[in-house]
Amino acid sequence: MSKFKKKKDGDLPAISTASLPDIVFMLLFFFMVATVMRDNTLMVTNTLPAADQIKKLDKKDRVIYIYAGKPSVRYQDKYGDQPRIQLNDKFAVVGDVGAYILSERASKREELQNVLTTALKVDGETNMGLISDIKQELRKVNALKINYTTRIGDYTQNK
Amino acid sequence: MARKSPEVNAGSMADIAFLLLIFFLVTTTIETDSGINRKLPPMEELIDPPIIKERNIFTVVVNKNNDILVEEKPMQLSDVRQAAVEFLDNGGGVGEEACDYCKGSKDPSSSDNPDKAIISLKNDRETDYKVYISVQNELVAAYNQLRDREFTSLYPDQRMTYVEADKMYTDPRTSLKVKASLKPKLDVLKKMYPQKLSEAEPSKTN
Repeated sequence: MSKFKKKKDGDLPAISTASLPDIVFMLLFFFMVATVMRDNTLMVTNTLPAADQIKKLDKKDRVIYIYAGKPSVRYQDKYGDQPRIQLNDKFAVVGDVGAYILSERASKREELQNVLTTALKVDGETNMGLISDIKQELRKVNALKINYTTRIGDYTQNK
Repeated sequence: MARKSPEVNAGSMADIAFLLLIFFLVTTTIETDSGINRKLPPMEELIDPPIIKERNIFTVVVNKNNDILVEEKPMQLSDVRQAAVEFLDNGGGVGEEACDYCKGSKDPSSSDNPDKAIISLKNDRETDYKVYISVQNELVAAYNQLRDREFTSLYPDQRMTYVEADKMYTDPRTSLKVKASLKPKLDVLKKMYPQKLSEAEPSKTN
């Protein structure tokens, strides 16, 4: 019988967790690399519509962002629930768009000033009237290259 | 003989790393940085607008109830792509305006050739943005479908479609040599099926 008797401290040796930090660090580095920190806090709801015939946007330093949509819930008692434009960190009216584009353009390097794209990040529920107004403003300041930023997906998701 | 120094306990390393990991997980927003590129028309009005024949214009209207009217007839969104393809690829022109690569029905009441064909997309101020984007998407898809077809038949040795070739061309990782070889081919296709999609100013609602 003694042949089968276990060793005195018969437990299995503990599983080594020495490699756990390595695994976690690997994940950590992935997320650090994949993260794009947002420049501006979103103050509008921003569920982008889906499309599949899309092109990648240019490099980030060549893009000017314009957000639009209904104000987020915590701003609704102050700004109402009608769709609004957000430029940088502030709500804006249509008339501000031109000046914003010009000031953003002036802040970019000179060689980039002619290749800027304006990315419209607009909530799917917004009325086209607001977007048409933005487009008119963009035409006035000659910012003609625009990009309707979308999610990747089939149009049937836009219900 | 050097004394053995006590080992540093690395047991908490995982905890620290997890903390950082969770921080990045929470703050990450994988930014969407793709969409439909468009070019707005310049502001100055043409003094003498060119006369365009009615049959060369394909009107798509999205009204305030988000209904789609193609050539004044209601249409489902799923049929828009095919209708646009048929219009662009019609090739009804004769003589100088004939289109030798078009595979359409050559209907004399539809477009002469893809170069002449213009798609006019109109919307109302109360149209939903997502519906508008869906229609835009389908119209761009019609152009891409035709360009794909011609690209694969003109350059079968490339073993890719126009869209893939265009993606490769715009990818910064592609070498300059490949880009230089792709550019003329893409230009040929852009000339065969130029994207003439006009976004008119919205109609007023009463």
